[in-house]
Amino acid sequence: MTRKVVLLGPQGPTPDVGAVVKDLGIKGPVALVRAGYQERESDDEALVTALGVPAINLTLHARGNDVFKHEAEFATAYQARQQRLRQMQRLYHTRLEGTEEAAKRISLRYVEPELLAQEEKVSVDQYRYMDLDHIERCQAVRAAFDKEWPYKNVPLIAQHRHEVRELVGPTEALVITGGHVASLLNRLQLFDVLAAAGDRPIIAWSAGAMVLTDRIILFHDYPPYGSDIAQVLDAGSGLVPGYAVLPDARRRINLGAAAGIQRFARRMAPATCVAMDHGARMVFDDGELVYADATRLTTTGDAERNWSGEASRFSTPYLGGVHV
Amino acid sequence: MTLAIEALINGRKAREDVDAFVAANSFPIVSGPNCTFVWRGEAQAVHLKHWVFGLERSQQLARIEGTDIWHLTLQLPPGSRVEYKLEVVRNGHGEWIQDPLNPNRARDPFGANSVVHATGYEVPSWVNPDPTAAKGHLDEIWIDSKTFGRRGFGLYIPARFQRSRNYPVIVAHDGHDYVRYASLDTVLDNLIDRLEIADTIVVLTSSPDRLNEYADDERHAKFVTEELLPYVERLLPISAEPQNRCLMGASFGAVASMSTALRYPGFYGRLLLQSGSFAFTDIGDRNHRGPLFDRIVQMVNRYRAEPNVIAEKVYVSVGTYESLIYENRTLVPVLNSTGMDVRYVEARDGHNWENWRDRLRDGLSWLLPGPFLHVYE
Repeated sequence: MTRKVVLLGPQGPTPDVGAVVKDLGIKGPVALVRAGYQERESDDEALVTALGVPAINLTLHARGNDVFKHEAEFATAYQARQQRLRQMQRLYHTRLEGTEEAAKRISLRYVEPELLAQEEKVSVDQYRYMDLDHIERCQAVRAAFDKEWPYKNVPLIAQHRHEVRELVGPTEALVITGGHVASLLNRLQLFDVLAAAGDRPIIAWSAGAMVLTDRIILFHDYPPYGSDIAQVLDAGSGLVPGYAVLPDARRRINLGAAAGIQRFARRMAPATCVAMDHGARMVFDDGELVYADATRLTTTGDAERNWSGEASRFSTPYLGGVHV
Repeated sequence: MTLAIEALINGRKAREDVDAFVAANSFPIVSGPNCTFVWRGEAQAVHLKHWVFGLERSQQLARIEGTDIWHLTLQLPPGSRVEYKLEVVRNGHGEWIQDPLNPNRARDPFGANSVVHATGYEVPSWVNPDPTAAKGHLDEIWIDSKTFGRRGFGLYIPARFQRSRNYPVIVAHDGHDYVRYASLDTVLDNLIDRLEIADTIVVLTSSPDRLNEYADDERHAKFVTEELLPYVERLLPISAEPQNRCLMGASFGAVASMSTALRYPGFYGRLLLQSGSFAFTDIGDRNHRGPLFDRIVQMVNRYRAEPNVIAEKVYVSVGTYESLIYENRTLVPVLNSTGMDVRYVEARDGHNWENWRDRLRDGLSWLLPGPFLHVYE
């Protein structure tokens, strides 16, 4: 049996998730993860209506709060881990900014275009190195924590994991919404939800889609303070490896900036960069893409709309760098 | 391009023509780079009074012969925002008034000024109350300070506050004025609701003797760091990380922020310094600004001689129309030389509260960013 994963764009006021549920022949119930909405995770009435089938909200955010409230020692250690990860994120971001600044200054030098192209490749390689290094170090922090705090030794977590498995048991699919991507990732891991889902189909969008990839990218071309550079948050679950999912692209990405798209796509290669707005869809069978209707950002700097997942003239990956 | 005022100058000037001119325009008349100030009435002379550094502070309006219309056209660069008053001279005495034809006002502790918005300037949407944004809570608390005796301070508590969380904290010098004249509470409500800045607790301080206490006074730094913040920490869940501690202020308040951070290195991770009164000298120790600045001059001179890290991130903003632009522009490379993360912003505005208000989104979202980068719905 294959595991089907469907990634969607933001649902907004006119959700299309109900159509997907129907297409997959799901009659329900489904297990619902809205932990990305944190304190608002239980406000699921409109979504359940849109799904068109009964849904069981796994309330992962509330379960996490319950653990932190009653397992004080674990909570302290967990908060220290999160603080370390946040600090690492800030320092990694500082390095990225330094490379970005250097790349800009180098691109203005009065030298042969061929040399500038070489230098551009060096810049991209530096981003790639920093991205990979950041992921590896984040994973090391998480692994060390898991070793020190085996979840089975924290009774309340074990209990919640058991309850989650019980709740998922009678469901036909797992639905993961958007929201705060780090919060979502952490709660999914804390309660081992993807393992509990087994081979059930997974339907996910926005932050929910991001956490199923092998690399979660934080991005916004229009932050309130002017401009910023995309950064890797951490590794995702890797259920759909090889894709950088970029939700809400029309609002967050300058799709007309060819140089920026080119540099970003080269930085992420050989992963495929996919911008997913409302209505976009990607379908995977056991991690293999079998259908797509989205926008691909290419290593030549294009935003290839209506990308169907097939190879195209843009498909040649940019394979510079030491970590390909 | 013909200016609206020229049509009146060159056309009929009967009373009904003047009435029609006044009724047909909003004032000052902004057309491209031209801003025409108009006053109507009987007077010996009328002057435009403004605080734009580099322009004549007092400029005479000309009377259109045969009418009671006075006018002056200035060219203002795009995006400018200029506060002004009109001086109407009668019987040899000048009276400063707000422009009766212009409804735009900016308030400050001294009253209110009229404001002209040049082409390209728009009041930011996030400074006005948003009915959909959750509202924070303002409170007033008293502290018995060993340094200053009994003193009140304000607290801004963000909407959806939870005791189980740890919050960043900002100490806002002249915080009550920031609320009164720069809509700080509304700005915080809106920016927090938009996820652009972190849910943050803000301590609003005010001093009855700010020109002394803010001018690199050791007592002030001690009060804020060793009395006020520990007191607030006992009341509310405040993060203990330096990157979650921010000092902010404008004018002398910016000096107080920098002075406090200087005295407690490693304690404050974020500074927001607006139009700082960072007077200095290149030779001698007396600045032209007068004795009130003497201690500041010493502080800034010391810092320029031996710059050091006083925070992780420092946001500096200043108006291009204020004289302090010289001091702030000079300070920025000094701050940069230490390796701190410095962001410097100039705006076509003056030394006033709405200038400081308009920079809050840029500054606070950079210093204490909210979760907008992490939220994908």
